[in-house]
Amino acid sequence: MTSAVLEASGLGKRYGRKWALSECTLSIPAGKVVGLVGPNGAGKTTLLNLAVGLLRPSAGSISVLGGRPGSTARQLARVGFVAQDVPTYAGMSVRDHLRLGGWMNPGWDAELARDRVERLRLDPRQRAGQLSVGQRAQLALILAVAKRPQLLVLDEPVASLDPLARREFLQGLMEAVAEQRTSVILSSHLVADLERVCEYLILLVNSRVQLSGDIDHLLATHHRLTGPRRGRQTLPGDQQVIGESHTERQSTFVVRTEGPVLDPAWSVEQLDLEDLVLAYMRRAVEERRRPALELRS
Amino acid sequence: MIRLTLRQLRTEAALVCALLALLAIVLVITGIHLEQVGHAFETTCHATATCGTAADPVLALDQGLQTMVPGLALVAPLLLGLFVAAPLIGRELETGTFRLAWTQSVTRGRWLAVKLGLVGLGSVAASALLTWLLDWWQGPLDTANRNRFDPLVFSFHGVVPVGYAAFAFALGLAAGVLLRRTVAAIALTLLGFVVARIAVTSWLRPRLAAPLHGSLSFLAAHPTLEVQAPGNAFGLAPPAVNIPDAWIYSTAVVDRAGYTPTPAYLLHACPALRTILDQGPASVPPTAVHACIQRLSTTFHTLVTYQPAARFWPFQWAETGIFVAAALVLCAAACWWLRRRYG
Repeated sequence: MTSAVLEASGLGKRYGRKWALSECTLSIPAGKVVGLVGPNGAGKTTLLNLAVGLLRPSAGSISVLGGRPGSTARQLARVGFVAQDVPTYAGMSVRDHLRLGGWMNPGWDAELARDRVERLRLDPRQRAGQLSVGQRAQLALILAVAKRPQLLVLDEPVASLDPLARREFLQGLMEAVAEQRTSVILSSHLVADLERVCEYLILLVNSRVQLSGDIDHLLATHHRLTGPRRGRQTLPGDQQVIGESHTERQSTFVVRTEGPVLDPAWSVEQLDLEDLVLAYMRRAVEERRRPALELRS
Repeated sequence: MIRLTLRQLRTEAALVCALLALLAIVLVITGIHLEQVGHAFETTCHATATCGTAADPVLALDQGLQTMVPGLALVAPLLLGLFVAAPLIGRELETGTFRLAWTQSVTRGRWLAVKLGLVGLGSVAASALLTWLLDWWQGPLDTANRNRFDPLVFSFHGVVPVGYAAFAFALGLAAGVLLRRTVAAIALTLLGFVVARIAVTSWLRPRLAAPLHGSLSFLAAHPTLEVQAPGNAFGLAPPAVNIPDAWIYSTAVVDRAGYTPTPAYLLHACPALRTILDQGPASVPPTAVHACIQRLSTTFHTLVTYQPAARFWPFQWAETGIFVAAALVLCAAACWWLRRRYG
C-alpha cells in the first residue's frame, strides 16, 4: 500500500485572527506508524483535530482515507481517535464505556475490547473518574481500537503519563496495531516516545513540515561531521547542511546526504533521532529569526 | 446514541420520575378529597342559594399543599433548565468528552438531534405531565377562588408552564454551548429565565390584547364609602370589583367625560367625607353615607379595565407560543454556535 492515508494541501485553521495552522501541505503514507513531532504550538493538535473532523479547515483542504474528515458516519467509523488529555466520562464505569463503544460503532469488536480490558486488569465496574491517568489512557485506546478503524490517530496520548505507564501504553498500542494492521498517526513533543514505536516521522514546526520520511532512512542519510574548522561552502554539493556549530579550531556540521561521506578529514558520527529532530527544529527557529537580524544590522 | 444519552442522564431521569411519582401519589389522594368537598359544597350552596357568598370549605383544606403546589409549578421548569439542560452539552464541552463522542461512528448532527430531541422533548413531556396533574388538583380551588387569570395564578395553569419548560431547556442548552462551563451556564440560565419570566408577566402579557372597559353603576360598586388620603391626594378608595375569572387591570371612579372627581368637588358634594377621613367610617350615620353615595352616583360611575375570562385560553396559547418560539430560536442559535466554533 503506497497511497496516502492523510493528504493536506494549503491547510489552515484560524481562531479569530490567530492562525493555529497555516499553509500546511503534507502527505502521510498508509500502513505505517507515523510519528508527528514538533514543539508546543507547532499546530500538531490542530492538524490532528482537522484530520478526525473535530475541526473544519479555514483554508485549504484535507482528505483522510480519501474522504472528508467527519463528514459521514462511515468516514467516522474508519478513523479512531484518542484525544489529548484522553477525555472519558468520569461518572461512567469502564463497562459503560465499552457499551458506549458498541452502541455508537457498527464495527465494534466487543471481544477485542473485553479481552484488552482483561489483559490490562481494568476493573469493569470502576468509574472512569477513579482510574489512574494511565488506565484512563488505556481505556481511551481500547475505545479507539475496538471500533476497528483503518486509521488510528493519537494526539499526545502519553504526555501526561509516567514513564512506566508510557511504556505500557505504547506497548498496548503496538499490540493492537500489529493485530489489525492499522495505520497510525501519533503525535508527541517527545522524540524518545516516538523512536520506540514509529517507522515514519514528520516534523512540524510553525505549521510547516520540516522533515518527513522513514526513520531508518532518515537516520541513514544524516551524519554529524566533526573536523578542523572550515566554512559550509567547502562541503560537497550533495551534502545539505542542516546545522553547524564552530569553535575556534573545530567545526561540526549536521548534513543530509544520500551518498557516503568520503572526506577523511571528518570524523563521521551517526545521529540519533532526537539529535536529528533538534537540528531541524533549530534550523527552523533560526530561519524565522534571520530576517529580523538582518534588519537590525 | 439514544442509549448513550439515556445512560448519561440515568440519575436525572430516575430522580425526575421518582419525584413525579411521589407527587402524583400525594396529589391524587388529596385531590380526590378536594374534589369531593368542593362538589358537596356546590350542591348545598345551589340548594341554599349561597354560592358566591358562603366560604368554600376547600380553601381551608391542605393549606400546606396549596402554597407548595404553585411554588412547585413555578420552579419545576427552571430546575429542569438548570440541572438537565445546562450541563447537557456544556459539560461535554467543559470536560472535553465531546471529542470522544464526536469521533465515534455517529455524526455530530445526529448526536445533537438526539440530545435535543430526546432530552428536550422528554423534559417538555415531564413538565406537561406535571402541569396537567397540578391543574387537575387545583380545579376545586379555582372554582372557589375564581382568579385563574390573575397574573401569578395564570403562570401555573393551562399550557404556559410547558412553554416555560421548553424555554428553560433551550436557555440552559444555549448557555452551556456558549459558555462551555457548567456552573457559569447554570448561573446564566437562572438569570435569563427569571428576567424573561418577569419581563413577560409584567410587561408583555398586559399588552397582548387591548383590555376591555366596563362601567358599573357607582351604586353597585360602592356599597359603602371608603376614603384614602395618601399625602394630599384625597379621594375615594378604588372599589373592589369582582368579575369571576377575569383579569382586572384597574378600577376608577370617573364622570361621563372620564375625569376623576377632584378632592374639592368630593368635599363640596359630600361633606360627610371629611368626617370619615378624620374619624373613620363608623363616625357617620349610615343614612348620611347612603345619601352621599346617591348624590355621587348621579355624576359618576365606576370604570373597570380588564381582560375577560373568555380570553384566558387565547392568552395562554399566545404566551406559550412566545416562549416556545424563543426556545426554538435559542436551540437554533446553540446549533449555529456549535457549528461555527467546532466546524
